[in-house]
Amino acid sequence: MQIPYTVTTRPDTGLHNAKLGIWLFLASEVMLFGSLFSAYILLRVAAVEWPHGSQLLNVPLAFINTVILIASSVTMVLSWASLKMKDFAKYRRYMGLTILCGFGFLIIKAFEYGAKFSHGIFPAEDLFYATYFTLTGLHGLHVIGGIIVNAYFWGPGSRLWNTEPERFTNRVEVAGLYWHFVDLVWIFLFPTLYLL
Amino acid sequence: MQHVAAATPAAAGAHHEEHAGFWRTYVFSLDHKVIGIQYMMTALLFLFLGFTLMMLMRWQIAYPTRGIPGEWFALLPAVIGLAAVAVGAYSKRRLTLLVGLLFGGIAWLVWWMVSDETLFPEGIMLPELYNSFGAMHGTIMIFLGVVPLAVGGFGNYVVPLQVGAPDMAFPKLNMMSYWSYFAGGVVMLTSFFVPGGAANSGWTSYPPLADIATTGQTVWLFGMVFLITSSLLGSVNFIVTIVQLRAKGLTFMRLPFFVWAQFVTSFLLLLAFPPLEGAAILQLMDRLAGTSFFLPSGLVISGQVLDVAGGGSPLLWQHLFWFLAHPEVYVLILPAMGIVAEIIANNTRKPLWGYRSLVYASIFLGFMSFIVWAHHMFMTGMGTVISTFFQTTTMIISIPSVIILSALIISLWGGSIRYTVPMLFAIAFLPMFGIGGLTGLPLGLAPTDIHLHDTYYVIGHFHYVVAPGTIFALFAGIYYWYPKVTGRMMSEALGKVHFWGSLICMNGIFFPMLIQGLAGVSRRLYDGGTQYAHAQNVLQWNEVMSISAWALALFQIPFILNFFWSMKKGKQVESDNPWGATTLEWQTPTPPPHGNFTSIPEVYRGPYEYSAPDAAKDYTPQNVP
Repeated sequence: MQIPYTVTTRPDTGLHNAKLGIWLFLASEVMLFGSLFSAYILLRVAAVEWPHGSQLLNVPLAFINTVILIASSVTMVLSWASLKMKDFAKYRRYMGLTILCGFGFLIIKAFEYGAKFSHGIFPAEDLFYATYFTLTGLHGLHVIGGIIVNAYFWGPGSRLWNTEPERFTNRVEVAGLYWHFVDLVWIFLFPTLYLL
Repeated sequence: MQHVAAATPAAAGAHHEEHAGFWRTYVFSLDHKVIGIQYMMTALLFLFLGFTLMMLMRWQIAYPTRGIPGEWFALLPAVIGLAAVAVGAYSKRRLTLLVGLLFGGIAWLVWWMVSDETLFPEGIMLPELYNSFGAMHGTIMIFLGVVPLAVGGFGNYVVPLQVGAPDMAFPKLNMMSYWSYFAGGVVMLTSFFVPGGAANSGWTSYPPLADIATTGQTVWLFGMVFLITSSLLGSVNFIVTIVQLRAKGLTFMRLPFFVWAQFVTSFLLLLAFPPLEGAAILQLMDRLAGTSFFLPSGLVISGQVLDVAGGGSPLLWQHLFWFLAHPEVYVLILPAMGIVAEIIANNTRKPLWGYRSLVYASIFLGFMSFIVWAHHMFMTGMGTVISTFFQTTTMIISIPSVIILSALIISLWGGSIRYTVPMLFAIAFLPMFGIGGLTGLPLGLAPTDIHLHDTYYVIGHFHYVVAPGTIFALFAGIYYWYPKVTGRMMSEALGKVHFWGSLICMNGIFFPMLIQGLAGVSRRLYDGGTQYAHAQNVLQWNEVMSISAWALALFQIPFILNFFWSMKKGKQVESDNPWGATTLEWQTPTPPPHGNFTSIPEVYRGPYEYSAPDAAKDYTPQNVP
């Protein structure tokens, strides 16, 4: 017996298995980042003084990064839409762009980190930098995870297109949901750490 | 084995994995039943290891000045190991052989530690080692023993069968969650061998102590990350399986209560564990990167101000930790309630009383469990307003627990009860969990908690919930589903010895704790309270508790023997449904083949149609039209 609803949707729930699975996984991710944001609020409220991120961090670079991530979310949707329109070459192009944006984000982030390290500023500096490095670091790990998944679907994983196109499209959609979430976390992180 | 329902065994094996090799079939299996058994065996071994640590500690508590007779403590696992190796070699069962070797490993570990003069100078356990055993006992019992057994073991094996699915929704994810759990277990075990020993800041790992503790704490945190990952993958898998793979006709209100219990449990694991993962990341940063999330300014250690930036909050850890650890209590108890409900319905031969109230109560329980966490923190000085809030929610959450327990007790009313071994354990669960639950009320009220906080009363309370509560339910589950898994029954006589011995010993261990706690004896004392004036009147109980604990270990021997002996020599089942049960897991061949069902099941009725007046037999399976 095959496991049902791996490709088709179950009539009464309107979902295929992986889609429900990724939403549940994202719910747990919300709790993970939610707990860290709560920790940040608690620490900041209790602190005697807390620096303004805009005076210490590089806002223009972070703004560019925000634009890059939002753009990558758009290309991610377009790659999925291309599969829906059965245009595999176009899918490869858009997915490639998404991956490049991911790398771009990480490279800029590395410059930001490098600038801090070269001034001798590490997480141990104070609570502000501790939160900054921990939250952006964890987000960075999520970006790396997303790039790996996307690269797999761009490269070897895309062979599934030839045998089970619908299943492959579903997989890309699920990967896309994750990628949008990573984008969304950054959209919360940017004002919280850099602007407030 | 008799394939009564398997008219065409070949039809069931159409799946690609049927002829896979040894490694694919038994080690890196994708089949939920094999993974369930892997979880179960690993978790049972960890339960034994966690119990062994406690047996060593109980010597220290009862006889703080007398050297430990280490050979006696190593003897028990050694004898069990040798017996299992002998049985395994004789009956050519690799699993039994492997388990025997692992018991031998535990015996060696005990022997190695006890005979090491740096850990046990003149046979007396070092205080640091006592702390470390205490922390690891809690960690192993909860995260490596009970939860993997209840959720990973029973959940994996039974849930897909009860919902009529061929497997879990994501078999590869399922395998990954087992191996992630396994890796977490190995990491935790290796922490015993790092300099300074295993984690020794309690299973709660409160900072600032945990922040400045020895390396074992770092290893503990990494181990926890593996275990949390395993739980997350598992809970996603369970929820998707229950929502998506229910058989045709199996509506939510026709689900067996065990499935409901696992469903709510999975949501708790899914949403409560990530904050602990977040907290673990912060503590790792504190320990490895020198941040001070949990270290306040001006912290003085051994007369010296600690050289960190400071500004952090130790209380933050407690909030994040208990945000997980309170729902975790319900993760420990809900699957147990599910197992007990199945067995009670089956052995009273009548439907559960108030099935809908059970379901709604467990959903409400799951929801409420997220807003009671700070009742563990009444003594932290967080303020009376917050205390009052959490005291109120705590009183509210006792209502669904009482509803569930009452419904199960009323279910016994008027039944013609079969006192099988699983039923004995299930019946004993009711008063034992009742004691555990009721002793919790004085802890949930801030004024009484001031007296009882951090005393042995707390230990007595939650052990009544988890040990003669949950673990009895897990034993009940093992005796109940054993014939489905192996095709053979476990011995009733040995089972009864196991049951009565365990019941008496459990109460011998935990009831005196309530007495000592009311007298004000603190928990975690290295010498069992010898040096405290207020403990003198209740000190004699220490020996009673320790002897009960060791006797409890001896009463597990009939169970272990029974478990392995019955695999080969137990009475063969006469049908696929030896207990005359209604739920779907009994409507498969025995043991269920790969893919579980010989034809796609369809459900026509509720889960507990026992003794229906117009039916031919005293039970009507769910898939009978």
